[in-house]
Amino acid sequence: MLQDYERVAGPDVIEQVRQLTRPLEGAKVVHVNSTRSGGGVAEILRKLVPFMQELGIDTHWEVITGDSDFFECTKGMHNTLQGNRMPIAENLLRVYEETNARTAEQLRPVLEDADFVFVHDPQPAALLEHFPDHKGKWVWRCHIDASHPYRPVWKYLRRFVTPYDASVFSLAAFAQELPHRQYLIPPSIDPLADKNVDLDRAIVDEVVGEYGIDPERPLIVQISRFDRFKDPVGVIRAFRLARRFVPSLQLVLAGGGASDDPEGEIVLSEVTAAAEQDPSIHVLLLPADANREVNALQRASDIVLQKSVREGFGLTVTEAMWKSRPVIGGDVGGIRLQVKNHHTGFLVNTPEGAALRIRYLLHQPDRIEEMGAKAKEFVRENFLITRHLREYLTLMHSLDHGRHEEMRLVVGEEA
Amino acid sequence: MRTETEGAATAPQTEVFRVKDCALVALATGRKARSLQEFREVLRSIEAGSIYHHFWGGLLQPRFEEREFNNDFASWVRHGIHDAVLAERLAALHPARFVDLEELRTEILDLVDDRIDEADHLLWTRPTEQFEFICSQIVVFDTEIRLRHPRELAEHVSRMSTSSIFYHFIDARRRTPDHQDDFSDWLQAWGDEHRALLEALAGVDPYFGSLAELRSELATVCEAVHEGED
Repeated sequence: MLQDYERVAGPDVIEQVRQLTRPLEGAKVVHVNSTRSGGGVAEILRKLVPFMQELGIDTHWEVITGDSDFFECTKGMHNTLQGNRMPIAENLLRVYEETNARTAEQLRPVLEDADFVFVHDPQPAALLEHFPDHKGKWVWRCHIDASHPYRPVWKYLRRFVTPYDASVFSLAAFAQELPHRQYLIPPSIDPLADKNVDLDRAIVDEVVGEYGIDPERPLIVQISRFDRFKDPVGVIRAFRLARRFVPSLQLVLAGGGASDDPEGEIVLSEVTAAAEQDPSIHVLLLPADANREVNALQRASDIVLQKSVREGFGLTVTEAMWKSRPVIGGDVGGIRLQVKNHHTGFLVNTPEGAALRIRYLLHQPDRIEEMGAKAKEFVRENFLITRHLREYLTLMHSLDHGRHEEMRLVVGEEA
Repeated sequence: MRTETEGAATAPQTEVFRVKDCALVALATGRKARSLQEFREVLRSIEAGSIYHHFWGGLLQPRFEEREFNNDFASWVRHGIHDAVLAERLAALHPARFVDLEELRTEILDLVDDRIDEADHLLWTRPTEQFEFICSQIVVFDTEIRLRHPRELAEHVSRMSTSSIFYHFIDARRRTPDHQDDFSDWLQAWGDEHRALLEALAGVDPYFGSLAELRSELATVCEAVHEGED
């Protein structure tokens, strides 16, 4: 597995990861999140876990499971951390606590024994209170844009997060007032996953044909869950504004459902209604494992959109950039870290802004190519899983040995 | 494990050069500036590690190839505050020329004050983006590669990781007594024998372009000097 990545990321990158791991060999690491499929967190863990295992770190992946009330509650937490002002019902919070208590008992042997426990997002955040004498380091990894959380819900959640040894946020703007170290680690994509590997033109054409998309006409695509924060209805509006000037334009809005997202169906029906059976708008609900289809749709597009109004990091942006596509993205969250205005795409605030940039790029095919090439190199340098893994390993060293004020730590050699 | 404290000397005592590598992880400080005045206030008391990060450590962070300024403060003043004059003055600061980070901090504060005296509207200018103060920790590890003669440097430098280049050529300037890079420090231990290479390395400006570009420039410089010697 490691050799495969040498080809894409470079042998020096892999050798560096090996050297950094050596002092950590044999350490036991557990990741806990809320789903094995659907959503960016599961995608990262699906590769990060075997990667760490191959490096000699005893790594496990556990999942918290709950009923519909539990996921309604955690979806509410997700939305309110991203800024929705909506209290969560007391009875749902009790379900949240009970589910965490039950999961803590189920996972007790593996969590008690771990040297490092990475707890992802709010769903399993309350596990730690059931391990008052934990021996390992516990890290809360927040993947959400929590820059403007709805305070009552954050206050509730904060009491579970405060006792952690550290937390990790994707951007400095998301970090919160907490009494422990807050690391800043952007997420990453796996260049060798089905969703990102190079595809033959024939496969791209086949997928495009399957969905009734005309390969001869210009195509814009937004791939993301059917979630109001991704503004799919705004994308349809941008498409209609741009089509006045580019009549042959087609739009694909494609996304999968995630098993921890009960709102997806409602938003999908809003999007279908907004599309008004327009034959040039393709609204596709894809199964969670439709990775090759997503890959092909991104490669078939001229431009990729991610017009989010709130965004944690926006891995679909990274994926599109890796396929040498310029991205027109919402001027929010991690999209800002990736889309360099006028270089790798455009940052926009409104459907009107998105429409203007769609028209601009479709009239300048050379710019599409130039921006796409820059986008791919930017991802290669900064947002591949190898970089992500290196930062997790660095964090483990840092937690193991460092005090906050020490800028440099030397590991793996005698003092 | 040991820690290298500010200013500790790590110059090679023998003629063997131990190639090290490093990895950086960024940390939030929780402090931010929403105006130039707030920037000044935070800068006055922010931990020195944050000044280090925004001048040096940031080189190991995601950034776009076309670097306009060599430190994050100058970049924010230009694109957040929209004051080109102060941005240019901040960009002219060469961090290695200061005895320590405290002296650098004082110089930045002086530049900000001077500029506010010149253009007091900057006191209430609302920036288009806030400045987030970040700091970082660097984990240093041994690659187990040893160079026994300066000639090996030319051969090896192009194969070093970009973070190894960062550690030896940029970070070193905060660690060595003369604020110079580790390669030059090592070459000096060989006396005048490698004066040409020392001078060539002194002419490499590490603050623009990517670390990969810096690596390739160093490789070219080392090779050219050795070919000249041959």
